[in-house]
Amino acid sequence: MLTILYFAWVREMIGLDEERIERPSPDTTVADLIDALADRGGGYAEALADRARVRVAMDQTFVSLDMPVGEARELAIFPPVTGG
Amino acid sequence: MSRVSIQEEDFDVAAELAALEASGGGGVASFTGIVRGEGGLTALQLDHYPAMTQGQVERIVEQAQERWPLLAVRVIHRVGRLGPGERIVFVGTASRHRTAALESCAFLIDWLKSAAPFWKKEHFADGVSRWVEARAEDEVQKARWDPPVA
Repeated sequence: MLTILYFAWVREMIGLDEERIERPSPDTTVADLIDALADRGGGYAEALADRARVRVAMDQTFVSLDMPVGEARELAIFPPVTGG
Repeated sequence: MSRVSIQEEDFDVAAELAALEASGGGGVASFTGIVRGEGGLTALQLDHYPAMTQGQVERIVEQAQERWPLLAVRVIHRVGRLGPGERIVFVGTASRHRTAALESCAFLIDWLKSAAPFWKKEHFADGVSRWVEARAEDEVQKARWDPPVA
């Protein structure tokens, strides 16, 4: 299983803090996974429509969307950060 | 010596500065971020990614320590719900000389804005709330610290 976490407006649009999904094959990229989530429609499609507004961390490290999921245990999807 | 705190509670700037001054350096620089109360803002909500935040901020501090000879670094970032005028972030650095202290302090706050997993949501008196959008100029501020291209 792979845990997916959502933060900020991604979390609000999808309506979930986190969920667990069947582990995809290791060569699946983050972008492939986001495509599959967006295909669920509703809040998923809305939150993930514009890939340029989405950032991803894999096992708590920022990664680009072309990164393969590999053996990651946790994937977080969120907007660009606004700290400080 | 470096210490990073991600916390809901307020902090004592004077006590933090005193600790930095006691580190033996000749210069202490600090930045305190305050919640602006513009446009009828009643609260600022700070969300973060708890499992990642502490480690990510510590990595940013390590980068500052690799770049400048620092005797002490202190970073405090608050989370939760804050009102106008409340302190939100503190960065303090101590070094033997002013340049390292000032530059590393600016580096740390620029990187915190664009590389640490925090998100801000503004709540207004008329009931409207909205997530703060990341600003392109914050990326530009961060990029000015990139190593020069050879």
